[in-house]
Amino acid sequence: MHIPDGFLNVPALAATAAVSAGTVGVAVKVAAKKIGEKQVPLMGMLAAFIFAAQMLNFPVAGGTSGHLIGAALCAILIGPWAGVIIMSAVLIAQALIFQDGGLAALGANILNMGVIAVFGSYFIYRLLIKILPDSRRSKLTGAAAAGWTSVMLAALAAALELSTSGASPFNVVGPAMLGIHALIGIGEGLITVFVISAVMASRADVLEMERI
Amino acid sequence: MSFRKWWLIGLGISLLLATVSPLASSSPDGLEKVAAQQGLNSHATHSPFQVAAGYLFPGIHNETFAKIVAGWLGVMVLFAAVYSIGWLIARRRSPSSP
Repeated sequence: MHIPDGFLNVPALAATAAVSAGTVGVAVKVAAKKIGEKQVPLMGMLAAFIFAAQMLNFPVAGGTSGHLIGAALCAILIGPWAGVIIMSAVLIAQALIFQDGGLAALGANILNMGVIAVFGSYFIYRLLIKILPDSRRSKLTGAAAAGWTSVMLAALAAALELSTSGASPFNVVGPAMLGIHALIGIGEGLITVFVISAVMASRADVLEMERI
Repeated sequence: MSFRKWWLIGLGISLLLATVSPLASSSPDGLEKVAAQQGLNSHATHSPFQVAAGYLFPGIHNETFAKIVAGWLGVMVLFAAVYSIGWLIARRRSPSSP
C-alpha cells in the first residue's frame, strides 16, 4: 500500500509529513524513557522480519495481491511507539533503496502504515485483551482483529489522502480501497496470528515485556 | 532457549523469507490495483535516483537472484539500522536510569 510520488498534492504531502515527523519525534522520546536491553535486538529483528515479509505478496481476488504491513505485529510484540520507529525505518529504507513508495509521499506512507495502522491495531488489541478472558485464545483473537483493522485503517487513510488531493473522489476511491483491503486484511490477520502463536510457543515472555 | 538465540533465529527466518521472495505473487497490490482502475498510474512519477528499484539488486541479470540479493540487503540493512537506532536511544537513557 505504498503511495508513489505524483498521486498526492502539496498540501496533503506537507500535512502528512509534518504529522509523521512529529510522531516519530515523540516516539524517540518515549522509547528513550522505556527501552530495555532486550528491546534493542527485538526492534532490529522485527524491522528485518517485516521488511522481508512485505516482499511476499500473496494473491487475493481478481488479479490483485496483498502483502503484510506488520504494524499490528509491532504493536503487539513491542508496543506502539517502538512500532512507529520500526515501521518508519522499514518505509524509509523501501523508499530510499528499493524505490517502493515515493520520496515526497514518505510522510503519508509513514502516517498510514507506521502511525495510524500501529496505534489502531494497538488500541484494538488492548481493548480485546481487556474485554476477553485472559487466555491464549483471546490474545490470538486480539491479534487477528488488530491485523485486519490495521490494514483497513491504513487503506482508509490512503483513500482520504488521495481524495483530498483531488486524485479521485472519496465515494469512488474509498469503497474501492476498503473493499480490496478487507480481503488483504484477512491475510494480515492470519499472518499476525501465526507469528504471535509462534512467539508464544518459543518465548512467551516476549509478550509479557513492558510495551514501549 | 536464550533470548539471543531466539532473536537470531528470527533474523534467520527473515533471511529465509527474503530468499523465497521470488515466489511471491507479482500481481498489483491493493493500492496499485485501485490506482490502475482510477487511471491514476499515468500520474506516478519516478524517483530521481534508483538503487535497487523494484527489489532487484543492480548488476545481476538473473531476476530471481537479483531479487534474493536485494531481499538479503534489505534484511541486513534494516536489522543493522534499527538495532543501532535502538542502541543509541537506549544509551541516551542510561545516564538518568538507576
